[in-house]
Amino acid sequence: MRPFIVLLQKELIKIRRDSFLPKLILSFPILIMLISPMLATMDVRNVNVAVVDLDHSTTSNRIISHIKASEYLSLVGATSEFDLAMQRLEEGKVDVIVQIPDHFERDMGVSTPEKISIIANAVNATKGTMGTQYVIQTIAHALVEFRNEKNPNQMSELVTVQNRFNPTLNYRHYMIPALMIIIFVLVCGFLPALSIVEEKEIGTIEQMNVSPVSRFGFTLSKLIPYWAIGIFVLIAAMMIAHLVYGLVPAGSFWVILLGTVLFILTISGFSLTAANFSNTMQQIMFVLFFFIMIFILMSGLLTPIDSMPDWAQTFTLLLPPRYFVDILRSVYLKGTTLSELWQNFVALGSFAVLFNILAAVTYKKQA
Amino acid sequence: MRNSFLSFIKKESLHILRDKVTMLIVMLIPVVLIVLFGFAISTEVNNVNVAVVAPERTDGVVDAVNRIAHNDYFTFCGYIDPDQIDQELRSGKVSAVIVFASDFDRRMEQILTGLPSKPIIQLVVDASNVNTAGASTAYLQEILLGTASQQAMFETRMLFNPQMKSAYNFVPGIMGLIVILVCAMMTSVSIVREKEVGTMEVLLVSPIRPSKIIFSKMIPYFVISCVVLIIILLLSYYLLHVPMSGGVWGIFSLSLLYVLLSLSLGLMVSIVAKTQVMALLISAMVMMVPMLLLSGMLFPIENAPMVFQIFSNIVPARWYVEAIRKMMIQGSPFVAVWKEFTILLGMTVVFLGVSLIKFNDKLE
Repeated sequence: MRPFIVLLQKELIKIRRDSFLPKLILSFPILIMLISPMLATMDVRNVNVAVVDLDHSTTSNRIISHIKASEYLSLVGATSEFDLAMQRLEEGKVDVIVQIPDHFERDMGVSTPEKISIIANAVNATKGTMGTQYVIQTIAHALVEFRNEKNPNQMSELVTVQNRFNPTLNYRHYMIPALMIIIFVLVCGFLPALSIVEEKEIGTIEQMNVSPVSRFGFTLSKLIPYWAIGIFVLIAAMMIAHLVYGLVPAGSFWVILLGTVLFILTISGFSLTAANFSNTMQQIMFVLFFFIMIFILMSGLLTPIDSMPDWAQTFTLLLPPRYFVDILRSVYLKGTTLSELWQNFVALGSFAVLFNILAAVTYKKQA
Repeated sequence: MRNSFLSFIKKESLHILRDKVTMLIVMLIPVVLIVLFGFAISTEVNNVNVAVVAPERTDGVVDAVNRIAHNDYFTFCGYIDPDQIDQELRSGKVSAVIVFASDFDRRMEQILTGLPSKPIIQLVVDASNVNTAGASTAYLQEILLGTASQQAMFETRMLFNPQMKSAYNFVPGIMGLIVILVCAMMTSVSIVREKEVGTMEVLLVSPIRPSKIIFSKMIPYFVISCVVLIIILLLSYYLLHVPMSGGVWGIFSLSLLYVLLSLSLGLMVSIVAKTQVMALLISAMVMMVPMLLLSGMLFPIENAPMVFQIFSNIVPARWYVEAIRKMMIQGSPFVAVWKEFTILLGMTVVFLGVSLIKFNDKLE
């Protein structure tokens, strides 16, 4: 036991005395949690709308003022020249064009009027679709209101919508758990591996190889500091989420803690396994970068897994973060319980066991 | 002098070429990632699981449910009891529940004949994912109400990307993210490794000028990056079917400039950093975050608070992604992106300049 404690001490001192690591470990998670929820929003807002008004009626004016008042849309201009609006759209100054046909108001009273055309710049597919939907809702709303004024009781909303778990539709609340996971992946993924490969490249690992320390002891001494850092990150992140963004987990803290511990074990184990196969720091960074990019972009952190093609959805079953994303988001936002998430926990636990065994087995005490 | 410069380049190239594993990794990583993400990542709302609560399964209800089951966006997961709604949503088995009124058929008839009616459908949606919730609510209303609603009054057209393929949108963004990080990681160890291993002293006493040491470090990586870039562009065109209607040469030259910029950025990090660990962590981990969040690849920059919108101006990926999107997807010619090109060029000059000055400082 004694050599192990000394080894652990050595790791801690090494991290503390480094000129860069302590600053990085402290400031990186805190800065990300403070700033990035403001940046990572796919909320579609500020959709620039140009109205081509060929009708020039009370109705079309009503539509224009509703667009102007919408919190999602901003009116760039109303014109009667379609070409001008189209030009603005090509320049990227306008996202959606609404064209109200001639005699729209007159026809609406008697028969089915010519359709309102909505033309969207779909280079950004999300903005294109969501922008169009917002425009349709806004106009529909304007028309319902207008009709109700003329003959009340004519129309009312036919569908009521109840938004559960995030009633204010706050995109930040959806992203905060994801950002926490990104920090875990970066800190517990990159750092332990680098510290081992650094010893390899500088040559100090030779001393380890001839020392009486077992390979499990050596591996563990590399991992424990980063487990502790992981838990620190969790607590700091949860506090920032609460104090700055007002997000408190709807479910149990202990379920979150259990998930986090399993996830940190998985990622650091994975990181060490990769380190055992690399000889230079540059190599290990590239290898880890490759997997970490896949973890971040394909685990449903930033874009939904349901949107991926089927083969990619099957592929994500092999990615450990996928299960943790599910756990953290459901517990945080929906208050899901441990028993409802048991499959995710079993998967994550199996990955944790697998990678840590691999890490210990693939570490060879030979040059 | 010229000769010694060439032999320096040769020395650096041999360094890289002899480390076959690293070279293979460096060439494979960007290519695999871009193709993988190009195919897999999408933000369109798809495969939304829907359950239905219907007190009476009348013809109208069954008909509406069939329409949903046959829609590509939704997967129908069966009928449930009203008291199961909460549990089904919380466990994530379904993302939306449609609750039909008990006299749905009768009320629907009323509406079609123009009579007023109370709400006939309630949608209970898992709004934890805001965009999925918003889009599925809109689609569901459209499908359920059909002609009874206002939806029939609109005609919509999607320009430039009519099939709403997200790959179009993501390939430029992913290129902007991966190219800069991989290139910066390549050069970020170059100088600091010599310092750490101790061979820097040897370089410094050699008769070659400092600026040439720096360029000889960059040139082999530049050649590798060009090969990678060509592979990426070919794959984007033939495999991912990105249109590239703005002209291949324009896209290629802009990307070359971006590669140069990224290599210079890595070099600058390498000169400033004290250890290899620090250099690598800065170029991979620390830079990944602004490149991911402030390049506009996934998250629109105009959503960010003003301070960060201003800050995003110094994120090179932002300008590259913007320009390459214009050329690849909107089909703008090269002249349309002169502004972005100039800014990227300016940044490259600054990075190289800072590297040279700092490197000279260290020598004295």
